[in-house]
Amino acid sequence: MKNNNLYKYILNIADNTLILGQRLGELCGHGPSLETDIACTNISLDLFGQTRNYYQYAAKLKGKNCTEDDIAFLRKEHEYLNVLLVEQPNTDFGYVMVRQFLFDVYHLLFLQELQKSKDQTLSAIANKAIKEVSYHYRFSSDWIKRLGDGTEESHQRTQNAINDLWTYTDELFHQTETDKSIIEEGIGVNTLKLKEEYYIRVNKILQDATLEIPESKYFQKGGKQGMHTEHLGHLLSDLQYMQRTYPNMQW
Amino acid sequence: MERVRDRMKKNWPLWEVFVRSKNGLEHRHFGSLHAADAEMALENARDVYTRRNEGISIWVVESKHITATNPDNNGELFEPAKDKIYRHPTFYDLPDEIKHM
Repeated sequence: MKNNNLYKYILNIADNTLILGQRLGELCGHGPSLETDIACTNISLDLFGQTRNYYQYAAKLKGKNCTEDDIAFLRKEHEYLNVLLVEQPNTDFGYVMVRQFLFDVYHLLFLQELQKSKDQTLSAIANKAIKEVSYHYRFSSDWIKRLGDGTEESHQRTQNAINDLWTYTDELFHQTETDKSIIEEGIGVNTLKLKEEYYIRVNKILQDATLEIPESKYFQKGGKQGMHTEHLGHLLSDLQYMQRTYPNMQW
Repeated sequence: MERVRDRMKKNWPLWEVFVRSKNGLEHRHFGSLHAADAEMALENARDVYTRRNEGISIWVVESKHITATNPDNNGELFEPAKDKIYRHPTFYDLPDEIKHM
């Protein structure tokens, strides 16, 4: 395929929104209250909408009758290129919100830069997604403050989630060889430039929330090269069930 | 066993939601929801009541601040108006040229 690098780069972006959207979708009917249930599934649908835009573009690059559904449902685990953060499970509402917050801060900074991409399709998708993601960020950072500065129990659970998920933050800025060549072409986002601003914003909200910033310097990565935690396989068995059981089914 | 009254205290208070669907129209009552405070009530209202593009402005007010008439008093409050049809301007002959009345 001619544009193989660009194809992979798009999957890197879109697999994040697909997998996080699926995680949030798992809360449908299981949210802590009717209102937060709807809010989380609303965010999920925003992310699926963005994913579709990216996959439709990727399918066009791939050609040969490839569709967005093929890309979403018919790849193997190691072919998904999302970061490890988004596949982490919904342990409790604290984890759901911390995972969302740590991703939203990055996602917003990333889309602001992607708007300037030389690739007009990616720039247009970013432009459309940014309003949605601004709201996601507002929602999750608000909840981090409520939970962190809330009751003793909500504080402790949120702190546990921060401590556990912190190790997945550095990967957001990791650049693969594919990333580097796409950045050089003026299409991709140089994530290294976002890193400082990311931690400033995250630390500010955590301080407001009276939460401690972990000191750990050990970070996990691998998702962007298809090496995932044990959680992704289980998620995919849910996500892919219908297409695997009834191939080519549609509704 | 936990008493219902104690359990209710732990729940978020109820809020009434009013949505303006477009400029020039008044805010209308859309429904109610639970939230810990006004800001959360606005965000919840945004997700529960405007996700299908129903609104451009939202008001919320905690339900306890609304004073309502008692349905038991409906007879004395509202029925006396029923047989006073002369309070409606229905006895005028309108010229045909006037539309939209």
